[in-house]
Amino acid sequence: MSIPLSWYLVLAAALFCVGLYGVLSRKNAIAILLGVELMLNAVNINLVAFWRYQNPTQMAGQAFAVIVFAVAAAEVAVGLALIISVYRRRKTIVADEIDLMKW
Amino acid sequence: MTAEQIIFLLTGALVLGAALMVVTVRNLLHAALWLVVSLFGVAVLYAILQANFLAVVQVVVYIGAIAILFIFAVMLTRREAMEKGRQTRNNWWIPVLLGLFILTGLVVLILSVPGVERTATALPSGLDTVQALGMALVSPDAYVLPFEVASVLMLAALVGAVYVATADKK
Amino acid sequence: MTFWNNPINFIGYWLNGVLTGWHLPAVLATLLIYVIGIIVMILFAMTLDIGLVWVERKVVARFQDRLGPNRIGPFGLIQPVADIIKMVIKEDITPDGADKIVYNIAPVLAATSVIVLWAILPLASTIYGVDLNVGLLFIVAAGALGTLAIIMAGWSSNNKYALLGAFRMVSNMISYEIPMVIILLIPTILADTMSVRGITQAQSGMWFAILSPLALLIFLISAIAELGRSPFDLNEAESEIVAGFHIEYTGMKFGWFYAGELLHAFTFGGFIAILFFGGYGGFFGLEKLAAFAWLNIPFVQALVFIAKAMFGYWVIMWVKYSVPRIRIDHMLAFNWKFLVPLSLVVLVNTALLNKILIVLPNWLYVLGMFGSNIVIGYVTVEILRAYGRKQRKAEQIPDPQAHTQEQAV
Repeated sequence: MSIPLSWYLVLAAALFCVGLYGVLSRKNAIAILLGVELMLNAVNINLVAFWRYQNPTQMAGQAFAVIVFAVAAAEVAVGLALIISVYRRRKTIVADEIDLMKW
Repeated sequence: MTAEQIIFLLTGALVLGAALMVVTVRNLLHAALWLVVSLFGVAVLYAILQANFLAVVQVVVYIGAIAILFIFAVMLTRREAMEKGRQTRNNWWIPVLLGLFILTGLVVLILSVPGVERTATALPSGLDTVQALGMALVSPDAYVLPFEVASVLMLAALVGAVYVATADKK
Repeated sequence: MTFWNNPINFIGYWLNGVLTGWHLPAVLATLLIYVIGIIVMILFAMTLDIGLVWVERKVVARFQDRLGPNRIGPFGLIQPVADIIKMVIKEDITPDGADKIVYNIAPVLAATSVIVLWAILPLASTIYGVDLNVGLLFIVAAGALGTLAIIMAGWSSNNKYALLGAFRMVSNMISYEIPMVIILLIPTILADTMSVRGITQAQSGMWFAILSPLALLIFLISAIAELGRSPFDLNEAESEIVAGFHIEYTGMKFGWFYAGELLHAFTFGGFIAILFFGGYGGFFGLEKLAAFAWLNIPFVQALVFIAKAMFGYWVIMWVKYSVPRIRIDHMLAFNWKFLVPLSLVVLVNTALLNKILIVLPNWLYVLGMFGSNIVIGYVTVEILRAYGRKQRKAEQIPDPQAHTQEQAV
């Protein structure tokens, strides 16, 4: 038990920023979803680190992390289904080219 | 520098290194495989934090299901022309600056909170984290409502994903 | 703590003493002992694997009414060594358009996902790697790693058949994980813990195979599907897609896939023994009697465990060599439309009856659990028969009837 809490928080912040860069700078829609997954994992690391260091007997941190797992899985499933459906119609998944509803 | 700190530094380097590879690699399937490496590192971090149920569930859910979904989606939406040429948008330096700016802000904020340098106390000896988590998720004055809502969400996602991804039958 | 009743800790202490006597710092000595322990465990698993090659070929031969290898060594016992030498000296080909790194990592990952399971497999009450309190979920996690290895192999081979085989195999494996996870909850409910050692110790009263035979059956079916063995072996259907996802692998890389599959089958036989047949324990608490106290020695327990695991492995082989292959859409329909609802029903039934019947005396409890499983099984068979009858009537096929000699003529 010799790791300071700040190490976990800084690691989670760095992972979050790498995910943010992935979301904002990639063209392919699936690569954007990969960045979103990294951000969700960073949030989870934060939650579990605070659970362990604040009050391990109160399970709020772990329960929250379990719900985040469930939400991430649901979001990836629906998101990838949408991407596959868009690919079937428009034959492209580059995010910039899916612009039928732009003004 | 205790052994635990060395393991944490190695795992942290693995997680961040693999994450950087995810967002920079050109071949999308390699990016998905680097995501698997990064998620496995996060599972090791959960094990260091003594949340062993979450560590195993991370491997089962993220690597066993979500990563496989990504790989299938990449294979089903491939076109040869998409993987040559630039994979990033034209103004890629804006996200880099934004990311660095947010990272600096977060690190400064984190390090300025008093008491953030503390180390963890040992877990109370009778605590079985798996059983406590189970009780918390089904106990009416704990988190049974978010648990049930999450299961309805999963049902909606299941039905929605199958419906959206089904090809039209002409 | 002597060598005979706690061998691993005894050797660990002795080695620790030796290493600190050589003036190694204590942390480094502990690390070195852990590394030696891991290597010994891996060596044990792989040596067992070599024996399994011989067992497999002899058993399949006997099922097919022939002798099997009997030239090399007495009873063909040196045959696996010949097999391995053959695989090692074969040419190591990497196809031209293949993705080199992914192609080479896939067999290693496939074998690793099996060896990692040996860390939680307890051979005796004091011979085990680690006692995780989430041991059962660890089994599912290792299966997830294996799924990843297969899709890596199939995609990186740059071959249509490999990709088809990999897709089929992966959709098979992730579908059959669901009844397996639901059934893994049943020993958890009955033993009150997810730790593998805890489940083995909780069976000293009554084996879970008797408390819940339907769970054993569904676990067996899901395990065979997870292994990718017949009758669920669409991925390596030689007559259809020529060895599936490992078409392009030659030499020792194919050897890793093959050895990994055999070891995986034996490991699942071991898990069937642990989860349902009492693991390294004896027979219904026989070892508590004074006359059978020798059953408590760890090495005898290890032999008992390996015998039970061999029995589980033999059942898996028996199914493989007796039943024809099932088509992929039938396989998936069987899972989603039959196994998942049935396993949910069994789970709810076990959970309810466990709470209700626990207050009754032990023999009533055992009878109640066993009887409820028989009732569910009977009701299921009746539903299936009625469904089959309805379908046959819709297609105007007459019910099968036995004809005597005169009627047939």
